Amino acid sequence: MNRTRDTILSLLLLGALGAFLWWADGHLDKYQIQVLNVVAINIILAVSLNLIYGFTGLFSLGHAGFMLVGAYVCAILILPASQKAATFILQPMMWPFSVMNAPFIVAVLAGGVVAAVFGFLIAFPVLRLGGDYLGIASLGFAEILRVVANNIVPITNGALGLKGIPKEANLWWNYGWCAVTLVVIARLINSNAGNVLKAIRDDEVAAKAMGIDVFRWKLISFTLGAFFAGVGGALLGSLLTTISPKMFTFLLTFNVLMIVVAGGLGSITGTVISGVFITILMEWLRFVEAPMHIGTMTIPGIPGMRMVVFSLALLCIILFRREGIMGMREWSWSGLFGLFGKRGEAR
Amino acid sequence: MTERVSVLETKNLVMRFGGLTAVNDFSISVPEGSIVGLIGPNGAGKTTAFNMITGFYRPTEGQVIFQGQDITGLPPHEVCRAGIARTFQNIRLFGNESVLQNVMIACQVRQKLPWWHAPLFLPGYFREEKEIREKSLALLDAVNLRSHADERAPSLPYGAQRRLEIARALATEPKFLLLDEPAAGMNPQESIELMDFIRSIRQRFNLTILLIEHDMKVVMGVCQYIWVLDYGVRIAEGTPEDIRSNPKVIEAYLGEEALEHA
Amino acid sequence: MSLEMFVQHLCNATTLGSLYALTAIGYTMVYGILRLINFAHGDIFMLGAYFVFFGGALFALPWGVAVIGAIILSTACGIMVDRVAYRPLRDAPRISALISSIGVSFLIENLAIVIFTAIPRPVHQPEWLSQVFLVGGVRILSLTLVVPAISFLLVAGLLWIVYKTKPGLAMRAISKDIETTRLMGVSVDKIIALTFGLGSALAAASGIMWALRYPQINPLMGIFPGFKAFIAAVLGGIGSIQGALIGGLLLGFIEILVVAFLPALSGYKDAFAFVLLIVILLIKPTGLMGEKLEEKV
Repeated sequence: MNRTRDTILSLLLLGALGAFLWWADGHLDKYQIQVLNVVAINIILAVSLNLIYGFTGLFSLGHAGFMLVGAYVCAILILPASQKAATFILQPMMWPFSVMNAPFIVAVLAGGVVAAVFGFLIAFPVLRLGGDYLGIASLGFAEILRVVANNIVPITNGALGLKGIPKEANLWWNYGWCAVTLVVIARLINSNAGNVLKAIRDDEVAAKAMGIDVFRWKLISFTLGAFFAGVGGALLGSLLTTISPKMFTFLLTFNVLMIVVAGGLGSITGTVISGVFITILMEWLRFVEAPMHIGTMTIPGIPGMRMVVFSLALLCIILFRREGIMGMREWSWSGLFGLFGKRGEAR
Repeated sequence: MTERVSVLETKNLVMRFGGLTAVNDFSISVPEGSIVGLIGPNGAGKTTAFNMITGFYRPTEGQVIFQGQDITGLPPHEVCRAGIARTFQNIRLFGNESVLQNVMIACQVRQKLPWWHAPLFLPGYFREEKEIREKSLALLDAVNLRSHADERAPSLPYGAQRRLEIARALATEPKFLLLDEPAAGMNPQESIELMDFIRSIRQRFNLTILLIEHDMKVVMGVCQYIWVLDYGVRIAEGTPEDIRSNPKVIEAYLGEEALEHA
Repeated sequence: MSLEMFVQHLCNATTLGSLYALTAIGYTMVYGILRLINFAHGDIFMLGAYFVFFGGALFALPWGVAVIGAIILSTACGIMVDRVAYRPLRDAPRISALISSIGVSFLIENLAIVIFTAIPRPVHQPEWLSQVFLVGGVRILSLTLVVPAISFLLVAGLLWIVYKTKPGLAMRAISKDIETTRLMGVSVDKIIALTFGLGSALAAASGIMWALRYPQINPLMGIFPGFKAFIAAVLGGIGSIQGALIGGLLLGFIEILVVAFLPALSGYKDAFAFVLLIVILLIKPTGLMGEKLEEKV
């Protein structure tokens, strides 16, 4: 039967991915591993934004804010006390933050939970708005969080940021969290609860008439999305080992939004595909900005070129292929074998 | 009409938008198990009355009593939970979802297990969802759409979309069903089928039905009692025979094509 | 606080407020017609400043010529943005155009980094702008008088176009009902282009004066003034030109005076506008002068 075949093929694919990671861990160079890590984190971030925007229809531009919260909470929990003392040169770190410590998994979870709490609180004012106003208000909250992080020096070290964060986010952690994110969100989306979220996206008035407490469901989606954005931020902070408020500007949200739009609003597999593709493209484009040496000749790099290509790509997608790579469809084995042209979504 | 218990009662409902009074002093009492109609020229305030009953508008004055309870000002989803379902004049299906999903979504209001059982893979949720799927398929059977279950809702022909909207409303397990122009855009043959269909679902799901309709054949054929609105005011009420011969009603409709049908 | 200080703060607030107001008009007009937050508007503001700089520094144009040339170029850029990035999306969902505008915004900023480089450049202030007057013992920089005065003239000109000319009438008609206006035989796309042009011209003028006030320019200088001008437009009631003026001035006063009276909050200066935005969206989403929109069932 097709179902058994699909399960076997999926397990094989998972096994192959696991084997690849195991091989990559030992054989690829540092830079390539770094790119692989960023791929996983970008998938976490993009899938969580897709839950909020693609599946529930809430145009949120606040992802960078949730990432900031997750990154700082996690970093404060895993930074050793000695490193904290060395980093906080303007003002000493406030107790109890100066002595807090937790294992990495707890720290990442805490980052997610605190980001979710922020998401939950922000949702009450923001979700009363619709469409572009929601976008601009959530963007406003992200900016406020950034300004606050810049100013509460005894906790965040202000504009100097945190340095020397232990690099615990290795391939296994990142892909582990990526898998958790995908499983949780895919399972939710494919359940009747997911149908309800999509109903709110399609027609809010009809959803209300069908007995759906629209605000409550939006709140669930927004908070869960914020949780995974926090997790992504936490992992990113640990991967990069330094964070500062400057990192979490609107540009970061834009990058994530780009992945979601390119992959297809309302398609998880589309987001995964575009997450891999765009992350690698972005890294590859770094070469455009670096000076090139051909023999004795040196062509100077062009700073800014990478983002030019990137924004042009987004514009082309939105102008010429608005539904992205996958539209609202999901990739499936049967789709791959071309057996049916059927949508995989309505299981 | 007073011998039976009334399931829904509105008391002096008033709806004002700024200076405009869309509905004034709207009082009706709908006996349990009946099929009743609300008619009137375009812009008479019929849909506004629906919106007040279903919680989309908060009435400026007056009360809505459903099964003896005051539901005035409850938000739409709580009105639905209390047992009132509706369809829309301009069909509002969930456009990116399949026919089956449209019905399953409406089942959520009676779903017992909370959402987080799904991502945690708790077996109870799978079981409940299977029940919901079966219930939805049964409803699709009832409206003759089962063979289209996996199609996208907007791909259905117009009449089928209307039936799907009714099936979706039935999935919320209502006691009281409001249909907003169910025959709009249907040909005479489809209208006759619709009348039988409305009677059959009333019987089968033990409903009380209030409908807005312009097609006089349908209204006169299926309703036991009718209220007539014009400029937000009730100008007549009675059995189809009373309404047909009421001079005020004829005047309100004069010049409208509906007169010919009547 | 001494009286002198206070008067100086008031002057600064008026200057800042009129710059916000000028920029906010472009947001409010475009939103009024297309229901689109034009993220690229702040970048037109930046382009205006750069064009003057290059006109003056590179081509040694006289100051006045450089300014007028820069405004014309920026206006053309604004119209081009509409033509390329928004017009193909008129019938698409509104959020698509919004995403497109975010894309254009990043594109312009990064093109500017590529072409102009990211290094901030100092701007030469003409002498007549840096003179100091003594008015009743208070020292006032001539710039703080010139900026509001020019802004006032520009706004008066705009209001004349919007309320006294035929294209202005068409503009107002489109913002009420785009389809009906189209049926009346108005060339909607041309009027929309005109709207973008007018908004961009004002944004460029504002950007140029901004550059003179903080005598420095960089490719990202439009982002924050852009956000804040948009917030000013929301504050005043988006879609209303008068609202944009009031909102812009109000925001300018709040930013300057809060920091003046509560210096401890100066680090949070960039957050005021966003806090204000969220507060206003919660208590009066239609802004101070806005019209109410009903949700249709």
